[in-house]
Amino acid sequence: MKVTGKIMSMKEAIEKYVPDGSSVAMSTFMEQLIVFAAAHELIRQRKKNLTLIGPISDILFDQVIGAGCVSEVKAAWVGNVMMGSAYQFRRAVEEGIPNAINLIDYSNLTMALALHAAALGVPFLPTHSTLGSDILKENPYLTEFVSPVSDDKLVAVEALSPDVAIIPVQRCDEFGNAHIWGSLGISIDAAKAAKCVILIAEEVVSSEIINSDPGRTLIQGFQVDAVVHEPMACHPSPVQGKYNRDDEYFKEYHSETKSRTEFENWLRKWVYGVNDRTGYMKLLGNERTKNLKIKNSAPTAPADFGI
Amino acid sequence: MKVGTDYTLRELMICSAAREIKNGDIVFVGMRLPLIAFVVAKQIYAPDSVGLFENGVIRSTPSRSLIYTMGDSPNLVGATSTGDMLSVMAYLQQGRVDVGFLGGAEVDKFGNLNSTIVKNEDSAVRLPGSGGACDIASLAKRVLIIMNHEKHRFVERVNYITSPGHGDGLLRREDIGLRGGGPAALISTMGVFGFVDGVMNTRSIHPGFTAAELIDATGFDLQVPGDVMETEHPKEDELKVIREYDPKGFWTGWNSEERGN
Repeated sequence: MKVTGKIMSMKEAIEKYVPDGSSVAMSTFMEQLIVFAAAHELIRQRKKNLTLIGPISDILFDQVIGAGCVSEVKAAWVGNVMMGSAYQFRRAVEEGIPNAINLIDYSNLTMALALHAAALGVPFLPTHSTLGSDILKENPYLTEFVSPVSDDKLVAVEALSPDVAIIPVQRCDEFGNAHIWGSLGISIDAAKAAKCVILIAEEVVSSEIINSDPGRTLIQGFQVDAVVHEPMACHPSPVQGKYNRDDEYFKEYHSETKSRTEFENWLRKWVYGVNDRTGYMKLLGNERTKNLKIKNSAPTAPADFGI
Repeated sequence: MKVGTDYTLRELMICSAAREIKNGDIVFVGMRLPLIAFVVAKQIYAPDSVGLFENGVIRSTPSRSLIYTMGDSPNLVGATSTGDMLSVMAYLQQGRVDVGFLGGAEVDKFGNLNSTIVKNEDSAVRLPGSGGACDIASLAKRVLIIMNHEKHRFVERVNYITSPGHGDGLLRREDIGLRGGGPAALISTMGVFGFVDGVMNTRSIHPGFTAAELIDATGFDLQVPGDVMETEHPKEDELKVIREYDPKGFWTGWNSEERGN
């Protein structure tokens, strides 16, 4: 178990912990906290043959697939949540451009259970969902069986343990003990299920702050291998209490990436054209960033842990 | 009241969907039109209903401003609870969720839905996939479907069963082992449909459409009773709620050039 020396740059963390061929869980919060900064670093480092794991990726999976880094996708939904289609994902599946991908369809619940099984250290978990669907027929990790304690038909969801989970958080300490608030999607199970965890923190704070509110510590430092301090890492997705969703950016992405050439231009501008997140934020501009920051603070009532 | 001038087809569909939510229902709220149907239901028909979102949000009041995704910040602030996906899916699998909304690219007369892939002779169109749709179709007590009504979407047999309906005419839900009640109603751009013995039939036709047009836009043998009703127009109070929530008409198309699809 690594205790100290976890703080590193995005570049270092991706270099060190995401070798070619890794299976990577990202976008595990669904539409909140989508860690685009990490995805862009994967693309800049020209990773190959990644397996992407996530429930609903919004446009993050689309970008990494379009950049040619991906050979397999295990997901429940890949698209642009606000606008519809994700064109690079479609091109990869329909035409093999830039490369064919092996696509394994899950439902949200079966994806959650696959990670939860790995998080619990059991080989599978049962569910009533997906019976009668083609998801069950085609996904090799879903198997119908009869309950050993009743007559129920059930589906066994095989445990899924990603090589790496890249999890953005509002704040953590240098050891990776992390406070997260808001909707969680399947992030906590993804972190527990993964062999390696990279945290991307909006803020790195003292352990004293983390320990003041242990109920909010949803990821334990002993699970974590790397801590990257990268504010605004999730733009254009929202991070509760930090910044709002940049809806216009999702609309622009939709209209600017329809053709392969347009997407390549988009990549050149927003990913290859900058060295890191600082360069990306400069490109985005101060005015746009300022408008996204929260304007109406809504702190929770304090909970007293006194004795 | 006239569709096109006084309200949009999408607004009519939202109102029809809202009237399917009963007071006290636990609702699995989807995005787009179902989101606004839940807002209308909460304000008018079902004040005690609770909305569950699959990212882990539970709300007893609608968000105070329009949202484009369930993870938008306004959907989290003021929520009753923000947990993880399994904490809300647990209620669905237990059988505590009364209503769930679904859409799709294709539907058949048994209410099987495809939102995964549409294959043609020499090509295929890949759609985003299930998300939570298959889970809702498997497990919710009542499933409400919202769809565009076109012949290539209302088909004899769907290309891919993303979300199981009432079986295939031979096997029923109980034979398959499905616990939820399956599709209870379908609201299309042309009418409102129910399911009798697991087969779709017409409950009402939207104003401006005829039975012949409906049959012509359906790729299977659709039951249309001779005395079929016209879908009730949106009411003033329903439209007021809709337009206060989506003033620019992003989801409803009212007063709008720019809109979601």
